[in-house]
Amino acid sequence: MATAAASRRLPASERLRRSLGNGRVSAVLILLPPALILFTLFVILPLGESGYYSFFNWNGYGAPTDFVGLENYQRIAGHSIFHKAVGNTVKIVAVSLLFQMPLALVLALLIFRKTPTNAVFRLIFFLPYILAEVAAGLIWSFVFDGNYGVTASIAQSLGMDSIFILADRDWAFVAVMTVIVWKYFGFHMMIYIAALQSVPEDLIEAGRIEGAKRLQIVRYVQIPHIKPAIIVSAFFAIIGALQVFDVIIPLTNGGPSNQTHTIVTYLYTFGLTRLNIGFGSAVGVILFVAAITVAVFYQRFFMKGDKA
Amino acid sequence: MTRGHLLRNILRVAFLCLVASFVLAPMVATVLGGFKSNAEIRTNAFALPASWNWEFYGSIVADPAFWRYLGNSMLISSVAVVLTLIVGAAAAYVFAQIKFFGSRMLFSYLLLGLMFPFATAILPLFIKVRDVGLLDTWWAVILPQTAFSLSLAILLFRTFFEQLPKELFEAAYIDGCGYVRFFWRFTLPLSAPILATVGVFVFVQSWNNFLLPLVVLNSREVFTWPLGMMQFRGEYVTEWNRTLAFVTLTLVPAIVFFLAAQKYIVAGLTGGAVKG
Repeated sequence: MATAAASRRLPASERLRRSLGNGRVSAVLILLPPALILFTLFVILPLGESGYYSFFNWNGYGAPTDFVGLENYQRIAGHSIFHKAVGNTVKIVAVSLLFQMPLALVLALLIFRKTPTNAVFRLIFFLPYILAEVAAGLIWSFVFDGNYGVTASIAQSLGMDSIFILADRDWAFVAVMTVIVWKYFGFHMMIYIAALQSVPEDLIEAGRIEGAKRLQIVRYVQIPHIKPAIIVSAFFAIIGALQVFDVIIPLTNGGPSNQTHTIVTYLYTFGLTRLNIGFGSAVGVILFVAAITVAVFYQRFFMKGDKA
Repeated sequence: MTRGHLLRNILRVAFLCLVASFVLAPMVATVLGGFKSNAEIRTNAFALPASWNWEFYGSIVADPAFWRYLGNSMLISSVAVVLTLIVGAAAAYVFAQIKFFGSRMLFSYLLLGLMFPFATAILPLFIKVRDVGLLDTWWAVILPQTAFSLSLAILLFRTFFEQLPKELFEAAYIDGCGYVRFFWRFTLPLSAPILATVGVFVFVQSWNNFLLPLVVLNSREVFTWPLGMMQFRGEYVTEWNRTLAFVTLTLVPAIVFFLAAQKYIVAGLTGGAVKG
């Protein structure tokens, strides 16, 4: 039957036969669906469900029936611990932009040239980044342990009483931010190094011949040249701050008295461990909106010119 | 060299050493801590141990649970890498080679995963995994991880595939080679560098992942090493030396792997970041 049909409507079927012949259509139909299915099932669908569940009061068993409208969002908006979590996230962004990135930039400027000594320093500075965040958190929870850790040794040698930084309401988050800087400055540094290595040596040489000082070359040649890399690294710092979770769990688990939560540990603690699926989903939606806002805003204002 | 130059160089190295000690001190204290008694850790966390006590390292190496955690992680990460490479490369190949209606839209759709954090959808993911009966299995970690890695993989693969010489495909096509065969026979073998870069990236992410396994795995038999490590810490809460030995033993594979794959790790990271 197929051949009969084909002989009657030759042009169209000939086109189809040809495109099937070299496998154009079948290639699309074979190679594309696995990615689409996996992505839809495990990324897009859960995202949509987050939005749906966020309107219910639901413990995750049976179907969600207790529709509460925007109540979950209202409860989050009025929850002081959530405010704290958002504040902490902002603090991480601030520390990244004002301390971590300048530190990374200075180090990159000092060691971007390819020499053996520089390679060793580069390796050392990058080391924390390759460690798992949980391992980093655990190592530092030892460092900060007032009974056993490094701070305990220091306090003892100074003849002071033990300090329990991680149990201190005011200082615990400072400790968390120290760990974050320790863990990630090497990542930013590597981005800058890659960019600095692409600055043409003639430009630097030309500046030097004209009598520019070292700092002037940095200020007027190198930094302008690596501006796109700085913009990208700032983006990673902000998006990264929105996702901090692993480091907190071994360090403070959000404590003392919920002072060191981030948005994700808040979601985990108040959404998942208490099986408030609706409430936690609402937190997820807020996180999603925050991330998208940052991405869109960033693209519009910082990245547009670079795409060309 | 002038004296000013020399002085500046000394200052430079001094500063670098200062930062290096800030980076290394906690790690050194961790490695050494695994050899000390708890009393000794307490009095001096930095000094070399009075006597090198191999007992704590030994007991962990002799513990089958430790190897099971590592084995589980290795299995999960490997399968996630293979799946991401095959599924991601196949899709990217279509976007790079074949123009068809809606291809741009589908491409943008698959890149949506770059826009938001994994944690956003973690609760519905937990519900879904539970409802399809995958809770407490390796697939509960592998499938979502693969799905979330696809966006970056497809982006990087497509860029690379588009740079492969077009003449190659035309020649192969005249010899009667179709799209799918061309993908297996030419595109994949020619793309070893980008496959390695993405593979290493996905592997490291999966190996270090904590949140997803924490949410979907319950029993120790299927635990990945970060979960096993936290479990261990909970059991020996006052015995830092055991925990530190455990942490050290998990750092070793990470560092060895990094030194071996350094080129690809740095390339994947900075290449992906700078080209954005």
